[in-house]
Amino acid sequence: MYLFDDVPINFTPQPGPGAPLWQGRTNDSEELKDVAAAVHLAGGRIAALWGSDCRAEGKGFRIDCVFGLNEGHVCVRLDLPEDAPAYPDLSGIFPAANRMQRATRDLVGIATTGGPNGGDVRPWLRHGAWPADWYPLRHDAGNHDGFSNEPSDYDFVPMGGEGAHEIPVGPIHAGIIEPGHFRFSVIGERVLRLEQRLGYQHKGIEQRAIGADIVTGAKLVGRVSGDSTCAFAWAYAAAVEAACAIEPSPRALALRAVMLERERVANHLGDLAMLGNDAALSFGLSQFFRLKEDWVRLSAEFFGHRFMMDRIVPGGVAIDLDARALAAIVAQCEAIDREVGELRAIYDEHAGLQDRYLTTGIIDTALARELSLTGMAARATGMILDGRVYRQGYTPPAPYAELGVRPATDERGDVAARAAVRFDEVFESLRLLRLLAAGMPAGETRREVAPVAGGNGVGVIEGWRGEVVVGVRLDAAGRLARMHPHDPSWQAWPALEHAVLKDIVPDFPLINKSFNLSYAGQDI
Amino acid sequence: MIHLLKRILRTGIVSEAPPPPGEMQREMDRLQDEVLKILGRALTIREVDAGSCNACELEIHALNNPYYNIEGRSIKFVASPRHADMLLVTGPVTKNMENALKIAYDCTPDPKLVVAVGDCGCGCGEIGALFGPNYATCGAVENVIPVDVRVPGCPPAPLALMQGILAAIKTR
Repeated sequence: MYLFDDVPINFTPQPGPGAPLWQGRTNDSEELKDVAAAVHLAGGRIAALWGSDCRAEGKGFRIDCVFGLNEGHVCVRLDLPEDAPAYPDLSGIFPAANRMQRATRDLVGIATTGGPNGGDVRPWLRHGAWPADWYPLRHDAGNHDGFSNEPSDYDFVPMGGEGAHEIPVGPIHAGIIEPGHFRFSVIGERVLRLEQRLGYQHKGIEQRAIGADIVTGAKLVGRVSGDSTCAFAWAYAAAVEAACAIEPSPRALALRAVMLERERVANHLGDLAMLGNDAALSFGLSQFFRLKEDWVRLSAEFFGHRFMMDRIVPGGVAIDLDARALAAIVAQCEAIDREVGELRAIYDEHAGLQDRYLTTGIIDTALARELSLTGMAARATGMILDGRVYRQGYTPPAPYAELGVRPATDERGDVAARAAVRFDEVFESLRLLRLLAAGMPAGETRREVAPVAGGNGVGVIEGWRGEVVVGVRLDAAGRLARMHPHDPSWQAWPALEHAVLKDIVPDFPLINKSFNLSYAGQDI
Repeated sequence: MIHLLKRILRTGIVSEAPPPPGEMQREMDRLQDEVLKILGRALTIREVDAGSCNACELEIHALNNPYYNIEGRSIKFVASPRHADMLLVTGPVTKNMENALKIAYDCTPDPKLVVAVGDCGCGCGEIGALFGPNYATCGAVENVIPVDVRVPGCPPAPLALMQGILAAIKTR
């Protein structure tokens, strides 16, 4: 089917119960750019971009680009020649493409052409641990660990003028937190510019996945970002199932949703704790951390793991819940619902807390769209963008279609809005968990997955942070030829750079925490 | 404010205090005694995430929740390695963090204890092997800096972390 009036590309819907997705192939670079422009015109966003080396299969290189539209997602593929592979810079259309393109150059050696100011050619994930003319995702790269590690300089954009100075922060931050580098340009305390340098957590997950069997792939993808292990495992399973043309049972899908919503609640409780703490309300830290501990202990009891790692697998789930477990989950939802309700009243009426939250770290809807922002942070700018929610022209994937998920939004775009959306999403997830428990379908939990040689699939899941996308391609032996996990933090990190402008440096920790982005998920 | 005070009163102290003197409670008491006996003061820890997926960090965070209440037991997380007795390091150590980890280690004064956390940080088990050395990582923490104690797990539960911290103190 043709999705865009002016772009003559025939898109094929991906079969299966996953989120609506169409696959298409562009004939040349210009067409890829045309699709990007058409998506932008339709109010869409870039959701992921990755490159592959297909020379071992007698082909050239290839770029896959996933765009988000109102109706669902499109995955557009562009085949590139063996020699000097290049594709057009999309960052002029979607600024969020910048870092994805730089990572693609670092890892696969596929360059971009054109682009604003001749394109941003600074490395992104390569900090000097491997040479500039060696690419880890090329089929002939080998598993080198013998390169000399020579940390390289990075060209931060300088800010000049009288009184302007820089504050470098990281990679090791003051706290129990992942590493990354923030370069603040300030006058007095006011932030003029924030530039991030990430990639410190890069551990070559994509190279590790090449040649792995699909079960090992699930273990890798479940450790892209530990706080989103269920979202990644589900997106990966959906991609593998699409590639192998199998459908998980209704019971397996419902159990996956139970885990995904439990993951959402666990993270939101933790974030609400930290949002209290970072505004000097340690009462909030203690209370929400207590609730989170109760929550993950129940996960340990019934799912065998506090964060439910490795419980979502291709073909279904690796656990099952009996009536006693479902009853315990429902009882806990009721208790947490009551307690969070009380705590919300306390947060809302606490003048000191609200003073720190209101008008701090604002992102407006237009900027959120421009930066292809998704998830909780996008909904806190007033957007109703949630893969679990019906909207005109879009039907959410099973089992969410039957649950009637109510979206949480808040138009203020500040820290207060991101806290409010978290509260609303906790209540909604608690409601969904009770619905899921009450209507749990009977049947098997796991179906055999027979890998299909050359199979290809993309999975999209609305994780607690936003849209998680995983692309999978199988080789002739049914093993992973390529697996690309995409965390929504890719688009949200640049949004954080904008959110701190006009605020003061001491507000940064609070603003940062209100997004709580993944370093590991972006650095892969 | 009245709601807040009411909430505090109603919640009471949830820190898992006796009774019952379960395994966890005994472990925590023993930990506090050992810290005071060996160091004669509080133990300070600098946590360094040198490449984890952040699941280990979630469990280290949990040590600060009221159930485990690690600060109430003479153990404090500090911001600078210069203020730390111990580095609690998660991995696998990425090449991009190798240098920063070495600098943090050099900055840490004696007793300079190092606890490697998680299967990746310890280089053990199936997950440790899956995240072994490659072009982007050095693998286990001990491949980069000397390690006193290993706490395996993916991720290790808070109680295992407490036991690891205790074991490291006892090496001195």
